[in-house]
Amino acid sequence: MIGEIISNRFGTDAGGSCRVIIQSPRLRGSWRSKALKAGLALLMLLTMGFIALPVASLLLKNPLDTVVQTLHDPMVVDALRLSLSTSAFTTVTVVLLGTPLAYINAKFRYPGKEIADSLIDLPVIMPPAVAGIALLMAFGRMGILGHYLDGLGISIAFTTLAVIVAQIFVSSPFYIRQARTSFEDVDISMENAARTLGASRIYTFFHVILPIAFNGLVSGAIMAFARSLGEFGATIMFAGNFQRRTQTMPLAIYTAMQGDLDVALCLALILVIISFLVIVIVKTLTRRMYENVRN
Amino acid sequence: MLEIDVKKRLRDFDLQVKLRIAEGEILMLVGDNGCGKTTLLNLIAGLQSPDFGRIALGGRTLFDSELKENMIPEERNIGYVFQSYALFPHMSVYDNVAFGLRARGLSRREIELLVKEHLDEAGLWDIRKAKAIDISGGQKQRVALARALIIEPDLLLLDEPLSALDVRCQAAMRRDLREKIHACQVPSIIVTHDLRDVACIGDRACLLESGKIALTGGPDEAMSWGAQMPFGREENGERIELKEKNREMN
Repeated sequence: MIGEIISNRFGTDAGGSCRVIIQSPRLRGSWRSKALKAGLALLMLLTMGFIALPVASLLLKNPLDTVVQTLHDPMVVDALRLSLSTSAFTTVTVVLLGTPLAYINAKFRYPGKEIADSLIDLPVIMPPAVAGIALLMAFGRMGILGHYLDGLGISIAFTTLAVIVAQIFVSSPFYIRQARTSFEDVDISMENAARTLGASRIYTFFHVILPIAFNGLVSGAIMAFARSLGEFGATIMFAGNFQRRTQTMPLAIYTAMQGDLDVALCLALILVIISFLVIVIVKTLTRRMYENVRN
Repeated sequence: MLEIDVKKRLRDFDLQVKLRIAEGEILMLVGDNGCGKTTLLNLIAGLQSPDFGRIALGGRTLFDSELKENMIPEERNIGYVFQSYALFPHMSVYDNVAFGLRARGLSRREIELLVKEHLDEAGLWDIRKAKAIDISGGQKQRVALARALIIEPDLLLLDEPLSALDVRCQAAMRRDLREKIHACQVPSIIVTHDLRDVACIGDRACLLESGKIALTGGPDEAMSWGAQMPFGREENGERIELKEKNREMN
C-alpha cells in the first residue's frame, strides 16, 4: 500500500529501490541527517583548515632556535620598536580624538551627521594605496596642507610622523565605530539618574557613562592598535620604507622577503601572536561589556 | 509646594496638566500605558522641556516659558526613582548611594556619616560592598530610594517603584515606602498602575488620560475608578484591567 503511494507520488515501481524507502522512513531521515551533519562538518573543516594551515605553516617553518636568533637581528629589533611605538602613539591619539566624536555621534543629532558617519567609515573600505596617495596629496610637500607646512619648515611625508598619520587615518574608524556603539548601549536612564542626583554633564560622563562603556572602548582601542600594527599600503606610499625611520614590521617583512626569509618569518610570527592576543582580549572585553549592558 | 501648569505636544496628543501638590502630600498618578505619566515626571525633573507653561517648587521657578527660564536637572534638587531603578552597575551599593553627595562636593567624612545613616535605615549596610547588579529586586528598590533621599530633595518622583517586585515583596514595600516618603515632608508624585498602591501609599490620586487629568480624588474615590475606566496594564503578556483588580480587592 505504502509502496503504491510512493510509486504513484514519485513515479517509481514498488520494486527494489522502493523497498528501501518503504522499510525505513525513520532510517531515511536519520541517514539524511547524518549526511547533512557530515557535509557541514567537512565544510567547517575545509574552511577552518584554509585559515589554520597558513598560520600553522608559519609556526612549523619557524624553528624556535631560529626565531630566538633572528629576534636579535637589527632589522627585526628596529621594525618591532618602531611598530610598537608608532602604534601605541596612534592608539592614544585615536582614543583622545575619537572618544568625543564617538560620544557626540552616539548621543546627539546634528545636520550632516550621516555624512560625518560615512566619512568616519571611509578609510575602512578605501584601498590602502588610495589612502597613501590621498595622504600625500594632503600632507606631502606639494600637498594641499603640506605645501604650507613645508613653508613653515614642517615636513611630514617620509618621516616617522607620516607613519603615525597613515596609521591614524586607517585605524581611527575601528575605534570610533566601537566607541560609538558602546556609548549607545549605555542606558539613557543612567545618565538621567546621575543628572537628577546633581551631577553635571561632564561629571556624569566621567563617572557614569565612561566607566559603563569602558570595556567597549578598550576593545575598540585594541582593534585600532592591531590595525595600526598591520598597516602596510598607506605607510609605504606616504612614509616610504626606511629602516629605523619608517620601516614598520609589515614593511620589514616585505623587504626581508627579498633577502633573508628567516627575518620575514620571525616578524610574521610576532604579528600573528599579537593578532591572536588581540582577538582573545577583544572577545573577553566585549563579552563583559554585553553582560554589563544586559544587567 | 509644587505647582505645575504645562503643555507639551507628544506624538499622538497634547500633554496638558495643571496640578498643585502640598508639602508632605503624596500624589498617585495613574493611567494607561503611554498616557504621558513618565513624560510628566521628566518635565518636572528637567529631563525634557515643556513647550509652554510654568513649574515652580517651593518658591523656585524651575521652568517658565514666558520668562524663558529652564533650570538644568542637576540644580533642581529632585529625588527621582526610575522605573528600572537606574542603579550604576559599575558601582557598589555604597557608591551608588554616595553618588549625589560626591557630585555636590561634600567632604569624605560627611559622606561617610550620611551614607551610613541611610544604609542602616534601609537595612542595606551589610550589602554596602556588593555591586548594584548583584543584589535582589527589593534591595535595588531600597538602594534607589536611599540614593534619591540622601540628597534631601525638595520633591520626590517615583516611576512605578514597585512594578519590578514580586507580589509578596510589594506588600511590605508599600508600607515602607509610605513611611519613608512621609518622613521627608516634601511633595511627592508616584506613578503606578496598581490601585493597591493608591490605597496604601497615596494621599490623593489623579487619573491621566491621553495627557489630560480626567479624574482627581482621594484614595477611596480612586478605588471606584477601576469600575468606570477602561485603563489597565500588561502583566505577563495579559492585560489586567483595573476593573478586575478592583473586584479582587472588594
